[in-house]
Amino acid sequence: MSYKLVCGLEIHAEVKTASKMFCSCKNDPFGASEPNINTCPVCLGMPGALPVANRKAIELTIKLGLALNCKINLFSKFDRKNYFYPDLPKGYQISQYDIPFCYGGYIETSEGRVGITRIHLEEDTAKLSHQDIDLDGDGELDKATLIDFNRSSVPLIEIVTEPDIISAKQAKEYGQKLRQIMRYLDIADCDMEKGGMRLEANISLAKDGQAELPNYKVECKNINSFRFLEAAIQYEVDRQTKILENGETPIQETRGYNPETSKTFSQRTKEDAADYRYFPDPDLPPVEFTAEQVEAIRAQIGELPEAKTKRFMADYKLNEKVAIDLTKNKTESDFYEKIMLAATKEKIDCQKIINALLNKKIAFSFADSVEQIIANFKEANTSENVGDGELQNAINKVLSANQDAVEKYKAGKTAIIGFLIGQVMRELGKKADVNFVKEKIIIALG
Amino acid sequence: MKLNQLTLKESIDALDKKEVKIEEIYQAVDQACEAENSKLNIYLSTNKEALNQAKAASDKPLRGLPIAVKDNFCTVGLPTTASSKVLEGFMPTYESTVTKRLQVNGGIIYGKTNMDAWAHGSSTETSDFGRTLNPRNPEHLPGGSSGGSAAAIAADMSIAAIGSETAGSIRQPAAWCGVVGLKPSYGRVSRFGVVSMASSTDSPGPLTKTVEDACILLNSFAGPDEKDGTCNQEKAPDFTSFLGQSIKGMKIGVIYQDVREIGETNEKLLKELEILKELGAEVEIAQAMDPHHAIGVYTVVQRAEVSSNLARYDGIRYGNDRSHFGDESKRRIMLGTYTLTKGYADKYYNLAQKVRTLYLENYKELFSKYDVLVAPTSPSYAKKIGASFESAMFGELEDMLVEASSVSGLPGINVPFYHDQKTNLYLGANFIAPMWQEEKIIKIADAFEKNTKWNSWRNK
Repeated sequence: MSYKLVCGLEIHAEVKTASKMFCSCKNDPFGASEPNINTCPVCLGMPGALPVANRKAIELTIKLGLALNCKINLFSKFDRKNYFYPDLPKGYQISQYDIPFCYGGYIETSEGRVGITRIHLEEDTAKLSHQDIDLDGDGELDKATLIDFNRSSVPLIEIVTEPDIISAKQAKEYGQKLRQIMRYLDIADCDMEKGGMRLEANISLAKDGQAELPNYKVECKNINSFRFLEAAIQYEVDRQTKILENGETPIQETRGYNPETSKTFSQRTKEDAADYRYFPDPDLPPVEFTAEQVEAIRAQIGELPEAKTKRFMADYKLNEKVAIDLTKNKTESDFYEKIMLAATKEKIDCQKIINALLNKKIAFSFADSVEQIIANFKEANTSENVGDGELQNAINKVLSANQDAVEKYKAGKTAIIGFLIGQVMRELGKKADVNFVKEKIIIALG
Repeated sequence: MKLNQLTLKESIDALDKKEVKIEEIYQAVDQACEAENSKLNIYLSTNKEALNQAKAASDKPLRGLPIAVKDNFCTVGLPTTASSKVLEGFMPTYESTVTKRLQVNGGIIYGKTNMDAWAHGSSTETSDFGRTLNPRNPEHLPGGSSGGSAAAIAADMSIAAIGSETAGSIRQPAAWCGVVGLKPSYGRVSRFGVVSMASSTDSPGPLTKTVEDACILLNSFAGPDEKDGTCNQEKAPDFTSFLGQSIKGMKIGVIYQDVREIGETNEKLLKELEILKELGAEVEIAQAMDPHHAIGVYTVVQRAEVSSNLARYDGIRYGNDRSHFGDESKRRIMLGTYTLTKGYADKYYNLAQKVRTLYLENYKELFSKYDVLVAPTSPSYAKKIGASFESAMFGELEDMLVEASSVSGLPGINVPFYHDQKTNLYLGANFIAPMWQEEKIIKIADAFEKNTKWNSWRNK
């Protein structure tokens, strides 16, 4: 019996806004100089403090939804998700329950389309850090949990997919594409090591040919890189296959991933799943948009990575691999494009100059001016005027002095031509155009 | 006459004419407090700097006059407990919008008044710091939850007071104490810094000696607040501009005349409303949706919000842990949690929201015929002390007549309409109007107050 993967992802990302989701505190959880400085009565959940929604964060959520082919709910609202945890000062998290801002989108991958069920906006929790500190001054360390509210109420976007993912590799590709788009739109930095982007995978296996979803689901949490995501899913596929092959059903549970052992481990079973008692947050009025406002947001999206790749191939005659490379990052792609525009003006082959840059034939940094880089390229590629007779003489000389190489070339070892080119160049004592010299040697070799 | 018996308007005028000094007013209020507070238990804490602050506010609209503030408004420098031991000793780090604006306009927080713990109740008997007694008759309750603020007015222990209402918590104690209580439209006054009870209906408002005073005080703190997303963004009107206006041609619908629990009170009210006809208004009996359903709607919605709003008092922060919640709060937390639980939400919470919509529609229909609706604020006179412990639904029954308008967000005002000589207790009438039309209830209530003998300050 063989099994196929049924997998969906839930990805959280901290949204890049100037202020937090429901108060005017600075949204800078990683840059704060010390704990609990970006706080106020609202994000500390003090008695009587009230949230006011950050319109910019909502607009960015809708922008992402539009970029991911989602439909937008013109009428939406925030709900309270009630649960107790020390990092949640109000005793509830403001989130969205039944009417998310965006729904019904997708991302294309090389293994097919991954449907996006919904994108909603919520607030992040405070950050707990478990430490050993001498609390009572007796000289012995005590177990302590410290809470940093700098992160409390930072806007957090959640993107939930359909169970469309069929391989660990596809999960990784989906995640990378999503991150790339969020960075392109400048919605989130997605720094996974710091926790700016968090991955959760729902993993189960179905029999080959089985149409309905499996009757269990394993949730894998605390994954902080795409490599680990791929490894965790692959590990689960192997683990669950063994269980199913024994005629058993894997337990519905939440598992963590340990990068040191490359294994997942059980955290809690789903039997004690919380009832979050969602209800509309009475402190926040419903959020409404007009179709015109949504279109105005759509107009701000700009060019997305896939479109840019295709355009680079068409406009600058790049091959696909290089075009993909150049468009990975928006700022860098803009930089390369400036160079290519300048190169086109100078009648320089774009593929050539880009190859020179990517293969580090020309040293450069992103701080360099376009003029400087073009000049450097020209300098490295200038061929001094070599007279036809001069070149012919040099070639004749080299070929007769290196008969063994000529034999080898004629016997099919064409790579030896590189050696011959080098010899001709030395004989010339000048910088000649390599391709031109090569051409002439091939003719001479008959 | 003692100076603490002056109304807010009279105090301002007397100060402006230099007939009295602010120190003399404070002295009179202080004396009343020294004589009565230990018995009546109105103030939980008082502001030692009040007089000094008052002297610096002489040129501001409220002239530095002493204002009693319910203990659920966050005030820097004064403890804020919402009368719960859970918050015992809590000193807020920030000021509520209402008290901030009050002070900007020269109102001085004289002290923080007792209330039902977390505003859960209609008696001020469920306070964790002891019950407040009704100054009109100390064998009776002041009502609640703003019972301390209503009592502060009735006892002349402040010149004016601020309370908050979720469903009756301003108007019902005002009725029981024989004072004026104005609940503005939901969203007319910022809730920022008011310890949340039921967020979707909480409305801060004034408790005062006269309708005029209520308008003066409301002017000082009503209006848009960017810190409260549910606050109306439109500028508030000058509420005093609706005073002394003709009510000729206004249509008044008398509702709840068929509610049998309030037969006697209804009869008295109908008789007293005759004066409005003499002043040119049309008064007729109108049929409104049965107020009993509002008890269910309010109970379910309010408990749900309470269970969530009190979750932050988790024992990690603030004065005391969760074992210090009183019985009433525990009942409300449990009931609210239950009604939001998966599988029950549709049966309770969602159903309650649907019935709430029915009330909104009913009011819309009624207000297409009438400018103002009126009914007794409370079924009868102030209940005797201890009464709140006889029924777990005490508050809801006492507030039944105002709950429908509260869950609908409407503005309402209580004015005394009868005084019982024997018990020295009062009955109050509740005038309500459509959203944002405080203008209409102020016109009617002001005319009623000025043309009847029931206001104890206008008829000293």
